[in-house]
Amino acid sequence: MLPYVFRRLLQAIPILLAVAGLVFVMFSVIPGDFASTQMSDGRSVVDAEQVARMNKQFGLDEPVYVRFVKYAGKLATLDLGTSFRTRQPVINSLLERIWPSLQLAIAAMAFAIALGIPLGFLAALKPGGWLDMQSMFVAVSGLSLPQFWLGLMLMYAFALVLGWFPSFGYGDGNPRYIVLPAVALGVAPLALLARTTRAAVLEVMNADFVRTARAKGNSEVRVMRWHVARNAMVIVLTTLGLQFGSIMGGAVVIEKLFAWPGIGSLLVDSVSLRDIPVVQACILLLVLFFLVVNIIVDVLCALIDPRIKYT
Amino acid sequence: MLLKKFAFATALTLAAFTISAQAQEPRRGGTIRFTAPYGASFVSNDSHVSNQIQDEIYGYALHSMLFRWDSKAGKPEPELVKSMTTSADGLTHTLKLRDDAFFHNGRKMTADDVIWSFTRLVDGSKNYPGASRVVRIKGAEAVRKGEAKEISGLKKIDDFTIEMTLTDPADPSFLFYAATTAIMPAKEAQQPDFFNKPIGLGPFKFVEHVPGSRMVFERWEKYYKPGKPYADKLVISPMGEAAARDVAFRNKEIDVSILGSTQYVAYKADPNLSKGILEVAEVFTRNMGMNPEFKPFSDKRVRQAINYAIDSDLIIKRLVRDKAYRAVSWLPSSVPAFDKNAKPYAFDPEKAKKLLAEAGYPDGFEFEWTATPNESWGIPIVEATIPMLAKVGIKVKVKPVETSALGGVIAKGDFQAYIWSNTSGPDPLTALKCFHSATPRSSCNYTTFKSAAFDKLFEEAAAERDAGKKIELMKKANALLQDEAPVWFFNYNKAVMAYQPWLHGLQANATELALQRYEDLWVDASSPAAK
Repeated sequence: MLPYVFRRLLQAIPILLAVAGLVFVMFSVIPGDFASTQMSDGRSVVDAEQVARMNKQFGLDEPVYVRFVKYAGKLATLDLGTSFRTRQPVINSLLERIWPSLQLAIAAMAFAIALGIPLGFLAALKPGGWLDMQSMFVAVSGLSLPQFWLGLMLMYAFALVLGWFPSFGYGDGNPRYIVLPAVALGVAPLALLARTTRAAVLEVMNADFVRTARAKGNSEVRVMRWHVARNAMVIVLTTLGLQFGSIMGGAVVIEKLFAWPGIGSLLVDSVSLRDIPVVQACILLLVLFFLVVNIIVDVLCALIDPRIKYT
Repeated sequence: MLLKKFAFATALTLAAFTISAQAQEPRRGGTIRFTAPYGASFVSNDSHVSNQIQDEIYGYALHSMLFRWDSKAGKPEPELVKSMTTSADGLTHTLKLRDDAFFHNGRKMTADDVIWSFTRLVDGSKNYPGASRVVRIKGAEAVRKGEAKEISGLKKIDDFTIEMTLTDPADPSFLFYAATTAIMPAKEAQQPDFFNKPIGLGPFKFVEHVPGSRMVFERWEKYYKPGKPYADKLVISPMGEAAARDVAFRNKEIDVSILGSTQYVAYKADPNLSKGILEVAEVFTRNMGMNPEFKPFSDKRVRQAINYAIDSDLIIKRLVRDKAYRAVSWLPSSVPAFDKNAKPYAFDPEKAKKLLAEAGYPDGFEFEWTATPNESWGIPIVEATIPMLAKVGIKVKVKPVETSALGGVIAKGDFQAYIWSNTSGPDPLTALKCFHSATPRSSCNYTTFKSAAFDKLFEEAAAERDAGKKIELMKKANALLQDEAPVWFFNYNKAVMAYQPWLHGLQANATELALQRYEDLWVDASSPAAK
């Protein structure tokens, strides 16, 4: 297993480099630059000389390929560079934001798992029944609702009307602050997990080995727990891994809406200010997170299902 | 009996006066929960680094500047400067500094701190935005270029006196009131971890910054204005999303919110929310600039015809939802040189047709109009004018550009016409200078306006030492601009702030409504954060 994990980590390097290159090229060709954006108040033309001086200060006056070579060289030594706007190492900004983002992602996934998997499982027990219809309606709705709108509706209902939770902010470690953003972020993965669990359970329930287990006189609870749930879980886990990885990136809208100080809101601000080193670092971090989570999922799948071998 | 009634009535009147006086008496304590509405976070803890209004919002709490904007007077007033005397040529200013201003570590501010802060701002290797103001001091450009280490035009006379010599007869108060020119502690600010917990001279001390969520401050007890600030604590939350701000405001979690046009209509219609609305004509003029290199626009009559052909009032009412004031000329109504008796161009299509015919365009012409997607001064506004201009024979071809690219397009002169919202104050002289023939397009004379009569009026105003006469000359220059019509004068931005009934002391700041003097704000006992 360990050689497999090591190999997967090595495979991540070219992916990260490709992403870094892509982001670098994209931000080199799109209109707008940091100096003009930072120096401008939006209501007048920026002094061209000052922009030129600033571009020189940040090395933005050099050809794109030269800048990329320098950037890749720094990246090789794990140096993410210096933020144009804060003029501090990028790693400082990331360290400030990573924990709030992880908190939100974990809370959102916990909400999705706690409701999505049981909902999908129960729905699969009686396909076409009342619970199945209701849960799948919820699942389809959850996948279709725009996060921004859902977040606003949650704010309106649970903060403004009911007064149960604050409508925005990080709080001082008070868990009440995380509830609404976590629910808004967790609804889509919940819906997907419910649907996937239902499909996986239905598929496994019709498998030969389940029929055999029943024929051998195993109780329904034992069949469900040891044969159906365990086998269905491999599929569910794969979905869960993909969702957990993408939830960090998907938090961009929710973090901004709820004034949550995570990587997502840092990314949005950095894109609008063209703070390229921070944008690159944020995207690399999100990609890395996605890759690591999926390696962990692969390992977990192998532990659950001994038939899966990684060599 | 009559005497008893009289005594009772007198007592009631006195009681009413007492209650009224108590209601107006600022209350100490509580927390002010402010919002910074222009983005999801603050750029940095260093106010010198950023030119964004978002950062200026916290800068006003943490720092003090030499001058500060006085919203009531509509001009900057001395802040760290106690008094200022100016030489006869208007170039050299002797600034007497306060001797009771203490940094948040308890150290008294001296002239050295001012000189160090300004020298830091013009450090050529850093490119701080405030440098564009400091370079107006003689010798600052040499420091910026690395040719000198000290600003020759900034001399310390004693610990609390500075002599400042400018390169031109500008008013230093208009140059040094923004937080980008904040005075920082010379020795302390050079420590490597200073900006993790910065100190300043402002009314509130820095407590914490949770990036992307909030910045927290507490009252600075040794603030130089006795009894101020009133609040114990100030929390500023960056909240770029208007819809989220709206919910938070209605939920009483924040004390103020800047409103967009949609919310403005909703708040005005609400019997409770409409009681707490503060409006001001900000110093921004929305306009359509016309390039005289495009032949029809070189003729004044064509430019006037466009001003007559567009029903600006209708667009302001229907599209901008009354969240703007009709523009008369370039200078907005919130600057002293605005002529209150001047009338805007009337909506008169017949006069427009007549002027076009006189200019040799009886059948009109077609032009390309560069515009961004901005709802208040972009494509939606252009689309509203198209049928109006078509009625006088003028056809419009819209040329969309990204907001971030508009400045570049205009600086290159790559347009026939553009629509933009430009800074037109607070210093009327600086605003009018943008139309002087010596001002290049790359600076702010975007329509490359040239008028000998205007130049003469401007130069006279710049040289005039008498404030009253100076204003009269600027009024004349502004009236001349209206007649020359280098732009279509559309509107002046109306900034709108909603505030909770328990928050007092807000000022209608025309330079930017979100910038408030926190030391004057106070919350009464009805605030949820009154304790």
